[in-house]
Amino acid sequence: MATQHSRSAARLMMAPAVILLLGWMLVPLAMTLLFSFKKYLPLRGGDLGWVGFDNYIRFFTSSAFWPSVLTTLIIVGGVLIITVVLGVLLAILLNQPMWGQGIVRILVIAPFFVMPTVSALVWKNMFMDPVNGLFAHIWKFFGAAPLEWLSQASIQSIIMIVSWQWLPFATLILLTAIQSLDREQLEAAEMDGAPPLARFGYITLPHLGRALAIVVLIQTIFILSIFAEIFVTTGGAFGTRTLSYLIFQRVLESQNIGLGSAGGIYAVILANIVAVFLMRIVGKNLDA
Amino acid sequence: MARSINTQRKLINTLAAWAIGLLIFFPILWTILTSFKTEATAISDPPVFLAFDWTLENYTAVLERSNYARFLWNSVIIAGGSTLLGIIVAVPAAWSMAFVPSKRTKDILLWMLSTKMLPAVGVLYPIYLIFIKMGLLDTKIGLTIVLMLINLPIIVWMLYTYFKEIPGEILEAARMDGATLRQELFYILTPMAIPGIASTLLLNVILAWNEAFWTLNLTAAKAAPLTAFIASYSSPEGLFYAKLSAASTMAIAPILILGWFSQKQLVSGLTFGAVK
Repeated sequence: MATQHSRSAARLMMAPAVILLLGWMLVPLAMTLLFSFKKYLPLRGGDLGWVGFDNYIRFFTSSAFWPSVLTTLIIVGGVLIITVVLGVLLAILLNQPMWGQGIVRILVIAPFFVMPTVSALVWKNMFMDPVNGLFAHIWKFFGAAPLEWLSQASIQSIIMIVSWQWLPFATLILLTAIQSLDREQLEAAEMDGAPPLARFGYITLPHLGRALAIVVLIQTIFILSIFAEIFVTTGGAFGTRTLSYLIFQRVLESQNIGLGSAGGIYAVILANIVAVFLMRIVGKNLDA
Repeated sequence: MARSINTQRKLINTLAAWAIGLLIFFPILWTILTSFKTEATAISDPPVFLAFDWTLENYTAVLERSNYARFLWNSVIIAGGSTLLGIIVAVPAAWSMAFVPSKRTKDILLWMLSTKMLPAVGVLYPIYLIFIKMGLLDTKIGLTIVLMLINLPIIVWMLYTYFKEIPGEILEAARMDGATLRQELFYILTPMAIPGIASTLLLNVILAWNEAFWTLNLTAAKAAPLTAFIASYSSPEGLFYAKLSAASTMAIAPILILGWFSQKQLVSGLTFGAVK
């Protein structure tokens, strides 16, 4: 049993981490909340007083708002569909007996370790460039006119880059989950004559349920706020301005702090809705 | 019969998996190959795959021209510093949550996790303002602190998961032998926790090395790490593919190597222990 003494010592040892995180969360968030109710233009007079909910209404009704929400949803949805579907297939494949499994695993997870600015620039220049990119060469080889990827198919291009970065994450987690599946169960089903699709649908997929939920939630939270991938490719042009990129532009490019802060509060609320579901799953696991 | 069917299946699996693995790895491979080409070969039409005159000129050019060493040094300091600082703060916290749990431990852990979900862009200006006021903008120390704070929840969680697996009986035995809290921490727990701490360290160096929101927004010339250095290639002049590739290869090589070592810890670290 823990004594009174060790309890208070434990509290003391927890204090630095708790205080730091509390400060990190509360101070900036309180400032954002404060600014969101003000007309605040650092380059044109600074703090120009309280304006109530004006910024929230203006951000919500501005012509850029709904397109940015739509872009965000398309990117998050597109990346999730691609990474989850391919991730499940890849995890199943990698779980089969084969030669050189360890090396294939390394090849598959490598993109996760590439810094976002590198992957965005490599894709932009060496693959998607309409003159010198590898895709242009392939298109020309088949007699097609090279595509201007980042302007003509901008959202698809971003989805492709981000999916490439996150597919390793989905695959690795789903593979780990599949490996904990009872092999005998699958073999028993196979002997009873269950076809592969039924074995997948009734045994593998239900087993993957929780891992899938976690992949979806964690990826959603991170993809909602992708930044470098847009910053170095399109800079938010050609319909690739996500909600968080719009806020970034309002805050740092046009220096409209009040408006940007109202947008920031929207983003915080949105992220929290997703986070609640994630925390519920993680929390359940804590009791076990 | 059965054996040959199995071998055949294994062969097909192997071929399919290698083909897909190489396809996924290809952009990295292409970058590495391009870094050894001349600028002219790098954009030759049709592209050459392996049959070119290998050269190191891009590496020397990048190293000479753009203060690469300073960016690299900034990355090392910021990623390493923030991880070490985070571990120093997190070890006592994770220790007390794992061994002296209270009713609120679970809530505190989940709350810490929730701070990780805060979208960075929502607090961009306040942090920017605080940095200006405190003279932290474009300094290594400022960025180190921010990256420590954003990764602190993951560090606490990972350490907590590892500490949880250390059997409590050992501690009780030590306590009965009259070990003080400090002795307990330094002579029993720390040695047992070293593997857990090491993998936490590894994963967080990777995350901090690759962080590309705060490093791009809070630095300019002085404290910019490799993420920002690479981003500066986004509006280039003249021929630059080979040099971009050389710079990229140098920026990702150390992390690729560290990453391959940490792939086992990656899953439980990134899913907060929910998938093991």
